[in-house]
Amino acid sequence: MATPLVEADVEPTPVKQLARRRLADRDGALAWLFLMPSVVYIIALVAIPFGLAIGFAFSDVSAGDPSFDWAGVRNFVRAFEDPVFWRSLGNTFVFTGVSMVFIVLFGKILANILVANFRGKWIVRFLVLLPWTTPVALSTISWLWLLDSIYSPIDWVLRQVGLLDKGANMYWLGEPGLAMSSVIAVHVWRLVPLAAVILMAGLVAIPRDIDEAAKVDGAGYWRRMFEITIPLVLPVIAVSALFGAIFTFTDMAVVRILTRGGPNDATQVLSSWAFYRGIDGGDVAGGAAIALFLFPLLLAAAVGILRVVRRIEVS
Amino acid sequence: MAVVEVRDLIKQFDGGKVHAIDGVNLTAGDGEYLVLLGPSGCGKTTLLRTIAGLEEPTGGDILIDDHVVTGLPPRARKIAMVFQSYALYPHKTVLANIVFPLRAVRMDKVEREKKARWAAELLGIEKLLDRKPRQLSGGERQRVALARALVREPQVFLLDEPLSNLDAKLRASARDELKGFQDEIGTTTIYVTHDQIEAMGLGDRIAVLAGGKVRQVGPPTEIYDDPADTFVATFIGSPPMNLVPREGLLVGFRPEHLLPAEHVRGDDRTPLPLAVDRIEYLSGDRHVYGTVSRIGEETRVVARLPATVDTPITAGETHDFAVHASRLRFFDAGEEGLRTEPIRLGV
Repeated sequence: MATPLVEADVEPTPVKQLARRRLADRDGALAWLFLMPSVVYIIALVAIPFGLAIGFAFSDVSAGDPSFDWAGVRNFVRAFEDPVFWRSLGNTFVFTGVSMVFIVLFGKILANILVANFRGKWIVRFLVLLPWTTPVALSTISWLWLLDSIYSPIDWVLRQVGLLDKGANMYWLGEPGLAMSSVIAVHVWRLVPLAAVILMAGLVAIPRDIDEAAKVDGAGYWRRMFEITIPLVLPVIAVSALFGAIFTFTDMAVVRILTRGGPNDATQVLSSWAFYRGIDGGDVAGGAAIALFLFPLLLAAAVGILRVVRRIEVS
Repeated sequence: MAVVEVRDLIKQFDGGKVHAIDGVNLTAGDGEYLVLLGPSGCGKTTLLRTIAGLEEPTGGDILIDDHVVTGLPPRARKIAMVFQSYALYPHKTVLANIVFPLRAVRMDKVEREKKARWAAELLGIEKLLDRKPRQLSGGERQRVALARALVREPQVFLLDEPLSNLDAKLRASARDELKGFQDEIGTTTIYVTHDQIEAMGLGDRIAVLAGGKVRQVGPPTEIYDDPADTFVATFIGSPPMNLVPREGLLVGFRPEHLLPAEHVRGDDRTPLPLAVDRIEYLSGDRHVYGTVSRIGEETRVVARLPATVDTPITAGETHDFAVHASRLRFFDAGEEGLRTEPIRLGV
């Protein structure tokens, strides 16, 4: 006789509780717990101000009259009719574009120095990272002195070398072209260390074998640089460049401290112009409309970043 | 094609704390297949990298084709190297990988494409030329790496464990191909491996390294049959050579030479009673573990009986085994364990 597969009247073994489930074992509850602070943070400091800015842009709110009245697209029309707006927009692109070229270029060169092995490398690394660790307010004060209209040490050096006449000055922040160059130079000086560290991470990730294989294959320094190293760190360069571009596009710290947009709006960028109109000038609605103009441009850049990141994951 | 010579080579790391290569003298003849064999950390890869120019030696000289190349960068040495990881350029197609060394020497486009196709055909990868390395299997990558090494027509091939990333089955066939390939090309080749089967199968000569020193250089049969010291005797062979201590000496014999007494022919045999404790049956052979006495101290040894020996052996009993006297090797019992003159075992 075959044994029945299922014994109907056998009592199931009682299951003993070994230990209680703790909070740390409950993934669902934990997920909410850990997400909550950042959700609150994003809603309070990103979503609400962003919503407010959109609202203000279509209103007539000002520092003197905070009551909300619908104004349609009047603020935008006013901004577009203002030549300073177009000047700021152009400056923003020049500022961002030129800065990024130099930041990536110097960042790559410094990254190569950071990964190189030589005597006294720690002091060079320290010097490279110094601009990043110095507070902007502090470092920009020394830049203000360096670029001072009369007492600029740079001018003094130029005079000593003989490139500048006795008693003459460059007026680094006074001449429109020079002022923009100065703003860009300080911004580049500020961001290069970060770019260098990001690119260094990219360089370190290249397997040593590949560089050595290229050496054995007869490639010299420049061929290895342009055919092996740069293509392999290109995804990292692209992400950091886009990231830096967004940061630069919305940054007004250097402009605010060095030139306040001057001379004659020659260094005015969109973010500083929005700030001066909206906060300093009290025209909250007008400032919001200008600031909102940045949004579609930044959105495009963000989409760009995400696409590059996806491509890296795929390959 | 060239002779590669290494003279009194020394390579130290960490300011002399680590002696990776400790005075190596070695010559690979023209067209020779020289295998550097040793356990991990013995300095074999460092030696290869120093020959390639990727490491600068602390002392000594490297000569390729009678020219001192010690201070020269890798690209000036006319060598090609295949790395353990193959080190293919991941962003380039197979074709671009293969022509890369030719572009570095500024060969014109038509000629380098022709050269690349010749190499690809030789290695049977002409269908893969448009692929990227990540779309290739391990075996295909290895061929691409070989093709890339081949197109430059180097004086010397340096191969750093090129088979270690392949699975066991592929490794056997790749070994076979590699040997055929070198026979066809006839280029001097230095091959690094820790796998004695690869070394025995591929090498014209094998250099056994340990602790940064060359222990023995010779053809595979010599390395196997006449090991220079106890390190080589126990590193080569699976299972390794049995060593029985006896009055300041070590008496060595290979497991396959320890056979039941009736299977050892001739008068000149040394009888050994073997107290068998375990028998393994491995791919047709019987591995018999036991303790021998009489020729020296009681020592645990292993005998490898081929399928043709059908003497019944039982664990737990003592059987009469023997080794032919010509198969006995004698070593100094000191730390170096060098070979000594044979003695007669008065049994």
